[in-house]
Amino acid sequence: MSKGMIELLKNGVDETLYMTLISTIIAYAIGIPLGVLVYVTDRKGICNNRIINFITGVIINVVRSVPFLILLVAILPFTRLVVGTTIGSDATIVPLVVAAAPFVARLVESSLKEVDSGVIEAAKAMGSSKLQIITKVLLPEAKPSLLVGGTIAISTILGYSAMAGFVGGGGLGAIAINYGYYRYQNNVMLITVAFLVLIVQLFQEVGIRVVNKIDKRLR
Amino acid sequence: MIRFENVSKKFVSKDNETIAVNNVNLTIHKGEVFGIIGFSGAGKSTLVRHINLLEHPTSGKIYFDDVNLTQASERELRKYRQRIGMIFQQFNLLSQRTVIDNIMYPLEIAKADKKERGKRADELLALVGLEDKRKAYPSQLSGGQKQRVAIARALATNPDVLLCDEATSALDPITTRSILALLKEINEKLGVTIVVITHEMKVVEQICDRVAVMNAGVIEEIGTVKDVFLNPKSETTKKLILPEDNGLKTDDSRRILRIAFDGQSAFLPVISSLTIECNAMINILGANTENIGGKAYGQMLIELPKDADKERQIKKYLDSQGIYYEEGGKSHEQGYDRTA
Repeated sequence: MSKGMIELLKNGVDETLYMTLISTIIAYAIGIPLGVLVYVTDRKGICNNRIINFITGVIINVVRSVPFLILLVAILPFTRLVVGTTIGSDATIVPLVVAAAPFVARLVESSLKEVDSGVIEAAKAMGSSKLQIITKVLLPEAKPSLLVGGTIAISTILGYSAMAGFVGGGGLGAIAINYGYYRYQNNVMLITVAFLVLIVQLFQEVGIRVVNKIDKRLR
Repeated sequence: MIRFENVSKKFVSKDNETIAVNNVNLTIHKGEVFGIIGFSGAGKSTLVRHINLLEHPTSGKIYFDDVNLTQASERELRKYRQRIGMIFQQFNLLSQRTVIDNIMYPLEIAKADKKERGKRADELLALVGLEDKRKAYPSQLSGGQKQRVAIARALATNPDVLLCDEATSALDPITTRSILALLKEINEKLGVTIVVITHEMKVVEQICDRVAVMNAGVIEEIGTVKDVFLNPKSETTKKLILPEDNGLKTDDSRRILRIAFDGQSAFLPVISSLTIECNAMINILGANTENIGGKAYGQMLIELPKDADKERQIKKYLDSQGIYYEEGGKSHEQGYDRTA
């Protein structure tokens, strides 16, 4: 393999990691509050509010229903507005966040649903405010489950980032499509796929180890 | 201290309406241990959740120290809740926090001084006897230890009242006894008013001063434990006292006597003495007795001999020993007065 190709792959890995990590962080910054909002405004939640619950639910479901490749193209004007371009890694982060945030919100919601309702009741009985219940009980108690969700989210976002290669996104996905698919370089295709698999495995392994370490229920 | 005025609670679902609490009037005095007993679904948990307004009544008023809590704002209510501790059947500890951090939680939300928190938590840990489990996580503790942590946590803010919702129902009999002893100690030493919900008569017998019997959302009977225990009026109470069968029915051929042990010495061989003294054969049909601190508590059903003379002798003997008995559901006031 030529020196240029190795350089290319190295850049690809860097770009993929960059897109995936930044998108995951921003998606969580939006997804956690959104997930908490959906959870607490539920009929059985601590801030039961049908209207807010319905609206957030609809937004999440609509965005989640659009296939990622379509969403990617559909929001190109918005992407240009935010980062000033529609190609490259930075431009991929925008649709990645838009697609991942609602997904993360659902993951967060399902993690929160696992928190024992008795513990929430006990917190209420001790005179906790709603904000205290969220920050001191719900999120800390759901932490292990949230981290499991995190490893799922990061793998999904990585997969999405590879798809963005079709429309000018960067990273390993772009290399696989431009060299492996359009130029029939099967060896490049195989190597990029191997890298993608490795990265997913790495994230998952690290995630599970961290969860096992911090979850105090398992001992 | 706590007063319920015509409190009712309805749960309305799509196609039916359940009245969980039906027009309850109740006063719980300062410093007493008050029991609420009833079978599952009687509404006792719902009732007790009204004391700290975890449930809002559909109608009626709830007073805490003469303040109507149903009118209190959310902020005021949180302040009152810090004065009303609560423990649960499933303990409800924060699984991701250590024992000491669990106990400090109520102090954290009450915004107590940081140094104070640690000091207070250590005191409580000593009170419940778990100093060595300071840094343990709930999953590393036994049921009884978890409940001790829950008790310490409930007491952190120096509450006036401690609500116990089936606090011993998930524990084995020996652990139950030690938890109840701890609750009694807290009541006596710290003067905390305790409200206990249970479906077990022995819990009430061991620690309560007064008891309310609840069925289908209604308080059927209320009084001192001794009164209710020795002289049950409602069907529910009778079933709670003798769960297997209500036993007090007397058919034509068999005469059955219920004997109640109410703190007589557990070391006296009452039944043996009875057979010897009266020279009568006695058939024990059922018994549900316990030895609590060397005293006998519980019930025994015996079949009387057909001979009317022997029967009189037996009753006379029981009277002389100050043991309460009743026959066919009717109480014998004479025997009752002696023990009262």
